Amino acid sequence: MLVALLCVGLGSIAVAGEPITTLRAGALESNSPAPAMAKPINSDIREIRNFPEQPPTIPHNIRGYQIDLNTNKCLSCHSRKAVGQSQAPMVSVTHFMDRDGQVLSAVTPRRYFCTQCHVPQHDIKPLVENEFIDADDLTNK
Amino acid sequence: MTKKTSDKSLLPTISRRDYIKANAIAAAAAAAGIAVPASAANLVTDKSKTQLTWSKAACRFCGTGCSVMVGTKQGRVVATHGDVKSEVNRGLNCVKGYFLSKIMYGKDRLKTPLLRMSNGKYDKNGDFTPVSWTQAFDIMAEKWKAAIKEKGPESVGMFGSGQWTVWEGYAAVKLMKAGFRSNNIDPNARHCMASAVGGFMRTFGIDEPMGCYDDLEAADAFVLWGSNMAEMHPILWTRITDRRLSAPHVKVAVLSTFEHRCFDLADNGMVFTPQTDLAILNFIANYIIQNGHVNEDFVAKHTNFRRGNTDIGYGLRDEHPLQQKAKNADKAGGSQPMSFEDYAKFVSDYDVESVSKLSGVPEKQLIELAKLYADPKIKVMSLWTMGFNQHTRGVWANNLVYNIHLLTGKISEPGNSPFSLTGQPSACGTAREVGTFSHRLPADMVVTDPKHRAFAEDVWKLPEGTIPAKPGLHAVEQNRALKDGKLNAYWVQVNNNMQAAANMMEETLPGYRNPDNFIVVSDAYPTVTAQAADLILPTAMWVEKEGAYGNAERRTQFWHQLVDAPGEAKSDLWQLVEFSKRFTTEDVWSADVLEKNPAYKGKTLYEVLFKNGQVDKFPLSEASDQYANHENEAFGFYIQKGLFEEYATFGRGHGHDLAPFEVYHKERGLRWPVVDGKETRWRFKEGQDPYVEKGKDFQFYGKKDNRAVIFALPFEPAAESPDEEYDLWLSTGRVIEHWHSGSMTQRVPELYRAFPNAVAFMHPDDAAARGLKRGSEIRVISRRGEIRTRVETRGRNKPPKGLIFVPWFDASQLINKVTLDATDPISQQTDYKKCAVKIIEVV
Repeated sequence: MLVALLCVGLGSIAVAGEPITTLRAGALESNSPAPAMAKPINSDIREIRNFPEQPPTIPHNIRGYQIDLNTNKCLSCHSRKAVGQSQAPMVSVTHFMDRDGQVLSAVTPRRYFCTQCHVPQHDIKPLVENEFIDADDLTNK
Repeated sequence: MTKKTSDKSLLPTISRRDYIKANAIAAAAAAAGIAVPASAANLVTDKSKTQLTWSKAACRFCGTGCSVMVGTKQGRVVATHGDVKSEVNRGLNCVKGYFLSKIMYGKDRLKTPLLRMSNGKYDKNGDFTPVSWTQAFDIMAEKWKAAIKEKGPESVGMFGSGQWTVWEGYAAVKLMKAGFRSNNIDPNARHCMASAVGGFMRTFGIDEPMGCYDDLEAADAFVLWGSNMAEMHPILWTRITDRRLSAPHVKVAVLSTFEHRCFDLADNGMVFTPQTDLAILNFIANYIIQNGHVNEDFVAKHTNFRRGNTDIGYGLRDEHPLQQKAKNADKAGGSQPMSFEDYAKFVSDYDVESVSKLSGVPEKQLIELAKLYADPKIKVMSLWTMGFNQHTRGVWANNLVYNIHLLTGKISEPGNSPFSLTGQPSACGTAREVGTFSHRLPADMVVTDPKHRAFAEDVWKLPEGTIPAKPGLHAVEQNRALKDGKLNAYWVQVNNNMQAAANMMEETLPGYRNPDNFIVVSDAYPTVTAQAADLILPTAMWVEKEGAYGNAERRTQFWHQLVDAPGEAKSDLWQLVEFSKRFTTEDVWSADVLEKNPAYKGKTLYEVLFKNGQVDKFPLSEASDQYANHENEAFGFYIQKGLFEEYATFGRGHGHDLAPFEVYHKERGLRWPVVDGKETRWRFKEGQDPYVEKGKDFQFYGKKDNRAVIFALPFEPAAESPDEEYDLWLSTGRVIEHWHSGSMTQRVPELYRAFPNAVAFMHPDDAAARGLKRGSEIRVISRRGEIRTRVETRGRNKPPKGLIFVPWFDASQLINKVTLDATDPISQQTDYKKCAVKIIEVV
């Protein structure tokens, strides 16, 4: 603490007492070293969903994946026809439904940008534990 | 964490066939009918065990206002998904929305009040120590009374939020403006929406968009002005994507100071030099006039022209050289009438050559953009958020985009829509409509207008002269007044302003830690703002209380309390109302007022403000018996309904009509004004808006002359631009995975692991020129403060050379130590998008 104060010369505004924040270490006026950039998980191992409607996280690296007006790289493996070769999971049937719930012959444009719901994960331990309980575990309680 | 993440040490070594073999024994037992406990069977079918209770709620995050279905079981939220019955999102959510089920379950939820103490007594330098609610309110009341006694009501203040529910914001306004007789209440929406409000009031005389989300399916062209909807309004972006990709004639233009995800859908993507959006807007107006595309009939009947004051300063402290230099700093909002001809002459300076040079956008692209507005056959929707609003000329930017729509008459019709997107879930419903700003009262009324004050005093059954006429301190002034020791008892609810306010090291932190001040923070989690407080109040969140939010398209949505808050956490509403019991009118009102109105003598603020015969009018029997309601249990009447119905009297018959309370518990929201049970989709248009008189076609009834204003406003430079030493622009903002300061989303493991830490997005050449590469640790330094972060040269944001982008969600990298607290002088909203920084590698 003292060292941090001397460095920034802001002793008068120092926050006394033990810090209680869980998402940062050290006093508010201090600047801790930035953690190294976490590695993207690229295991291809599917994670258990928290509940059935949860969009699955992406278990592989998507660096450089193009999803724009011209092309959607994700669908080159996950589209209905591509999965025969890729053996990747097919996008779910909800992805074929338009705003009115009608099934189209192709993935609906409203679901075109995959990363609005599906996100890759990094190999990093959460700062705070989450005590969400899976409905199944409540059933078995 | 009870969710078992896949055990990576096991899986790769067991093949699918091995896994099936291992499971075969259990399966065989089950198949043979050998009794196994229910938990061992691989499918539970007993309905009593699998059934979830589903209820609707508004999403906790952005201003889009998606409706979500919340599944509960045994008193816990176990699932959430997009509500198929909602017009807003029709079954969709973004990644944050899908993880709503986990935001309340961070292990570090605050469960008891915490007071800084040493040796059993309050001490500003003490450690946080658990205390009872009684002790918490004892010390709070003592500090409030002492401040009011010594310095008057202007020494107490409150900082609230566009994430307050409607009735919480309403109770807060009443407590502050009528109870404590202090207008020092402002919401964090000041950081977010104030320029939009200023734009609406100045151009139309009434707040909030005339159009609605239905415009998204009706428009032929979309223009994004400083809005990264793909990340910040993802569900509205799905509607634009749907429209663009399913109707090939539709065009999307995107303007920004750096390339972001919206450019992936853009037919015309434009990166402009910061602040030059003002010039581009004037160029479009000029193009429309020069090419004969003014809708002359519309302009003649429904608009007039005014020249706004210029050289209006940058909302910095008075002694700042930029303020000293500004000619019209004290008359920032002033304007004079002018003719169309003079206006046309004014914008004629903004020709394509000079604007292209100034903005860095190629001429061809500027013309292509202008044509979307000029062509009468194209229905065009303009959309903007923080790029316009967080701008030292934010009100101007709002006025200028309305100019374009008014010149062409492309307004208030399906698809022709200048649309100001909102950041927060109830920035409209609470901050704006309830009027939790330092100058406002409900339904667009203001404290400076004696008629408005009299109206409010009448509704609230208060003595004449109770509400002070002088606007209180706005957000940025509050931090300055805390630092200067003028604001001494201060309460923060539903936001994390230590992380959110600009210039933390010079203003916010010294203000909170000033020994003259007592700071109270209500929050669900131990945020950095809580860390800087003296007293922390544990707070119920989202579906732990009955709530109402109002979204960007004027849609009011309700939800019931679905689960209990943990420990002793209480809702903001309970805290506000319970605290009001600690004061009598003698404590806070002047003897003079009480002499004239003896009936109020000896009463508590609770009795005057809440047990006033109106708020307490509805018995508990009117509340749903399906859902718990802790506030009702505590106060003995249906307080949410009482507050809502009293509040609604401000707007009914005044263009802000709300439906009866019960209706909102049934509907997926309704867009005000709701007249005769019917919502309004397009305001100011005959046949759509019940307030437009017959035969008027359009009527901008917010203005006395029924005309909207087209403003002549120039390009003026930013408050701080890069120079030799501080050689880069800094823009700050958000990412899709995190909401605001990350206090909820950083506690959801999937969202944390998706985007764990802030980074400085920068151009690879800028990195190379400094000997840096992706992942290098750097210090981002301004004249005010610094942070340590890492260089990111790839990924979703691609800044041009000379600009870096740093998101602000990360509590471990407080980028607002670096930003500048320059504000728009009309709206007092901070510009978080522009200041000058330098980068030094950490070696």
